[in-house]
Amino acid sequence: MTDDKLDWPLYEIFIRARSGLDHKHVGSLHATDARMAIEHARDLYTRRQEGVSIWAVRSSEIVASDPGEADALFEPARDKIYRHPTFYDIPDEVKTL
Amino acid sequence: MYTQGLDSLGKDCLRDEAQDGAGVETRFQCRVDAEDKIEPKDWMPEAYRRTLIRQISQHAHSEIVGMLPEGNWITRAPSLLRKTILIAKVQDEGGHGAYLYSAAETLGVSRAELVDQLLEGKAKYSSIFNYPTPTWADVGAIGWLVDGAAIMNQIPLCRCSYGPYARAMVRICKEESFHQRQGYEIMMRLAAGTERQRAMAQAALDRWWWPSLMMFGPSDAESKHSAQSMRWKIKRFSNDELRQKFIDSTVPQADFIGLKVPDPALRWDEAAGHYRFGEIDWREFEQVLAGNGPCNRERLEARRRAHDEGRWVRAAASAWAEKQRAKSTQAA
Repeated sequence: MTDDKLDWPLYEIFIRARSGLDHKHVGSLHATDARMAIEHARDLYTRRQEGVSIWAVRSSEIVASDPGEADALFEPARDKIYRHPTFYDIPDEVKTL
Repeated sequence: MYTQGLDSLGKDCLRDEAQDGAGVETRFQCRVDAEDKIEPKDWMPEAYRRTLIRQISQHAHSEIVGMLPEGNWITRAPSLLRKTILIAKVQDEGGHGAYLYSAAETLGVSRAELVDQLLEGKAKYSSIFNYPTPTWADVGAIGWLVDGAAIMNQIPLCRCSYGPYARAMVRICKEESFHQRQGYEIMMRLAAGTERQRAMAQAALDRWWWPSLMMFGPSDAESKHSAQSMRWKIKRFSNDELRQKFIDSTVPQADFIGLKVPDPALRWDEAAGHYRFGEIDWREFEQVLAGNGPCNRERLEARRRAHDEGRWVRAAASAWAEKQRAKSTQAA
């Protein structure tokens, strides 16, 4: 029925909620170009002042790690709890450490 | 306490299962049981994928068709403020449809396919939107009851096992609360108004009460997909549990504004701590689902017309983007 198949590319949208914060992924939308992606993102994701800045990235440009290699990538950090400050027992008398 | 996360991952069963060489299906269920979220690129059973595509797209269609009954009143809202509120609400519904279509697309189905299914009448959407809105009070009743029922259904979906759906639902639930409150406020004003306004509010409650209860779907014994969806944590509560919750919270709201819930069997059961209610007419529900509700045809025609009339806009936008691209390539 839709002779004009909606083939507009998909964009991933990232929003900076307030100045000083990181841009955070909020979702995706279709647009003909980057400008339209920004405008649609404004209407779709910031109707209640949720943002002060928008990034739009073509979804096809995103490179993602494969869930299948999650163990290979992240397993090595699992037993390295000495990388965290709470690993070290310091007496309470010692201050500002 | 940064280290805490390291020993309380709660995913140890996964690791053991993997080592035991258990099937992917067992590992999947194990992750779901451990409240881990499933993401688009993760392995998932085909039936899980199909169930989600069906549910999320039906949900998206419902939001899109849901713009129509209320859109009917935008030009005739009783004041400029009510008009701007209604426009904002209808725009939210369109937004909800867009979030949900995006979530469905992460499962490997295209937006165009989904829109086609709706326009060709092959897809289902919530039966509630096939009822008409003859008066302004219907706009109030929709916000209060229909959005109220939707919230009951949707809050548990924020914890759904599929990540993109759960995240879309968090966003949607935040916005629905405004919808419900503005609807109740319309009813409150009418109920405190003239005799005719009061009667209008009561008539709208009479029209929307039973169809709102039907929004929770058939009773547990009749529901085809419930058990599996519960196991997959797509669904957290049964249809009957959610319906009961809705009734328990809504009846006092009706009492407060002096409107009468149109159910002669309705009574408070002190021992159980619940309202008991009358029999739902499931034949009506089935008729509306089968396409024979008061407005089924009108709703689909309106969607098709909007799609057809918007065709030149989509074509122009594509042509403009193409032209800009050509220009910038030339300049480079």
